Amino acid sequence: MAIVKTERHPDMPPPTSEAGVIGWIKNNLVSSPLNVVLTVISIYVVWIAASNLISYAFINANFAGDSRADCTGTGACWVFIKVRFGQIMYGFYPVDERWRVDVGYILGAIGIFGILSDWVKNKKWPALYMFAVYPIICFFLFSGGYFGLTVVDTSEWGGLFLTLVLASVSIFVALPLGIVLALGRRSEMPVVRMLCVGFIELIRGVPLITVLFMSSVMLPLFLPEGMNFDKLVRALVGMSLFSAAYMAEVVRGGLQAIPKGQMEAANSLGLGFWQAVGLIVLPQALKISIPSIVNTFIGLFKDTTLVLIIGLLDLLSIVKAGTTDKEWLGMATEGYVFVAATFWVFCFSMSRYSIWLENKLHTGHKR
Amino acid sequence: MKKATFIAVAATATLMATAVSATTLEDVKAKGYIQCGVTTGLAGFAAPNNDGKWEGFDVDYCRAMAAAIFADPDKVKYTPTTAKERFTALQSGEIDVLARNTTWTLSRDVNLGFTFIGVNYYDGQGFMVKKSLGVKSALELDGARVCIQSGTTTELNLADYFTANGMDFDPVLFDTADEVREAYLQDTCDVYTTDQSGLYAQRSVIPDPEAHIVLPEIISKEPLGPLVRHGDNQWGDIARWTLNAMIAGEEHNISSANVDDLKANTKNPGIARILGTSGDLGEQLGLSNDWAFNIYKMVGNYGESFAKNLGEGTPLNIARGLNAQWNNGGILYSAPMR
Repeated sequence: MAIVKTERHPDMPPPTSEAGVIGWIKNNLVSSPLNVVLTVISIYVVWIAASNLISYAFINANFAGDSRADCTGTGACWVFIKVRFGQIMYGFYPVDERWRVDVGYILGAIGIFGILSDWVKNKKWPALYMFAVYPIICFFLFSGGYFGLTVVDTSEWGGLFLTLVLASVSIFVALPLGIVLALGRRSEMPVVRMLCVGFIELIRGVPLITVLFMSSVMLPLFLPEGMNFDKLVRALVGMSLFSAAYMAEVVRGGLQAIPKGQMEAANSLGLGFWQAVGLIVLPQALKISIPSIVNTFIGLFKDTTLVLIIGLLDLLSIVKAGTTDKEWLGMATEGYVFVAATFWVFCFSMSRYSIWLENKLHTGHKR
Repeated sequence: MKKATFIAVAATATLMATAVSATTLEDVKAKGYIQCGVTTGLAGFAAPNNDGKWEGFDVDYCRAMAAAIFADPDKVKYTPTTAKERFTALQSGEIDVLARNTTWTLSRDVNLGFTFIGVNYYDGQGFMVKKSLGVKSALELDGARVCIQSGTTTELNLADYFTANGMDFDPVLFDTADEVREAYLQDTCDVYTTDQSGLYAQRSVIPDPEAHIVLPEIISKEPLGPLVRHGDNQWGDIARWTLNAMIAGEEHNISSANVDDLKANTKNPGIARILGTSGDLGEQLGLSNDWAFNIYKMVGNYGESFAKNLGEGTPLNIARGLNAQWNNGGILYSAPMR
């Protein structure tokens, strides 16, 4: 008589020595004598760095108080950041008007939520809001002069607010313009192609600092005396054109990865050029370009600090200016640490968003 | 043909734009404020305070001009300018006056088309050493390791000075003032050199300032002063006499504390002329007669501004030195106001 087991044997969990925390440690940290040595050394290095950092930033740091005299600890003196927090966030934006910036942030957050969230099914409206309505609202909200809002001169904009304005305007302009330039560069019309190639190569051939200098120092000399464009506008134009040239090359890389057959298939279905590009080619090209596009955005976000050489007080420069206040001399380390942490938060969020977006749009064609 | 027409039209438009523009004083009065170029941050000279208001020695000069013109020292908009773009900002008319501790040199005055209206701070490159080194004079620094901020004229002045005195030195270069200070504190070098005002600023943030001394030698001349564009002498005069009024105020002991009393009771005809109770000095400048009174009342004289921003009692603790009045051991000398 044979014993036949009719139901399937349940899966056993892997042995405890191979799974979970213990298994991971065993396989990754102490799998060989060399690894044991490396692990010990690494833990030691991390311990030294972390303990110094923690004692600098927290244990020996000062948090309470409101002047330089309260900096009594041997570690960081965050009083400096605390007292000047409003200035670091908004620059010289009048205190009574700062709610306008906050409203702008909230409206932007709503729009970004609409675009990112899965709850909103139809993305047309959030996209329309973000790219067409929101910039106009922001313009009137921030600069004022209409609807009973007092005028806030752009020379009073500063701090993190100015950094965000610079970065988001450049990104909003650079992406569409970059796509147009990339298409133009692949165009079969010689004039269009040469104009696009010329623009891209000219802008890419010079450092951003040069572009900013040109727009800030040279341009006013070409204009008649007394005629001045706003300094911020000049910087924005320079940065947008610069990042558009880079964006164009990123998008072109994506376009080149799409097989010619896609375009031909679209044409054979009766789609015209713009329909084929807009519905078939670009969605695929942009999807595979996401990592590079976000890479460019992150680079651009950090490049905004270069405006300090033309005297705009962005996040980095307002902190630097603060450290030269004679009441706060010697606070440079605290200032730079704070700025670095802020930049890290923004850049890391952008990076995580990019990974999330890649996974979401992943349709099984990954090679 | 078409190109030529275009150029002609452009040139005409430029000429017209220049022709219709009024004098700087009228422009400034029309817009209601002075646009003043300052540094992006230099301790004691111009820096934003906790409330986002610009403060400092150069800022006080801008405020004095506003007090003279508008009788309101707050009618100033500050444009932070970097070392490189400051001159363009002035040339292009973006700012009306540049008070940005700028060294008065021949080529800047002549080539760039500016008028330096005077000197508000006599600076010069100096040396700081640790007291424990026992050095009393820069001439004893043969063979020293010297910390310098790179890319400044400091480097050149230093090399000139040491060569001229037959001494050797070992330069240690850094990018920012903070790095130089840290290196100096960690004994990477023996000597810290930069402009004396900068040395005092750095000394103030050293944990134990008393252990360091600034040597008496000054190896370069850095007369710092405000400047305006060529071509509008009335505006240049207002700028010049604003500075002179601040200096003369200290000489005649007119301060914000006693100016009301002096205006009402002074028997001194010179002071009465300055304060506008007699004569018409203000009207000659195109201002109201109480322009100087407003400067003293709202901003203070040169000495008060120096004491508030740079002098003893501030963290910078800079001695008056060359910047004392001519009758007090310095070289500060205002032309007579009569």
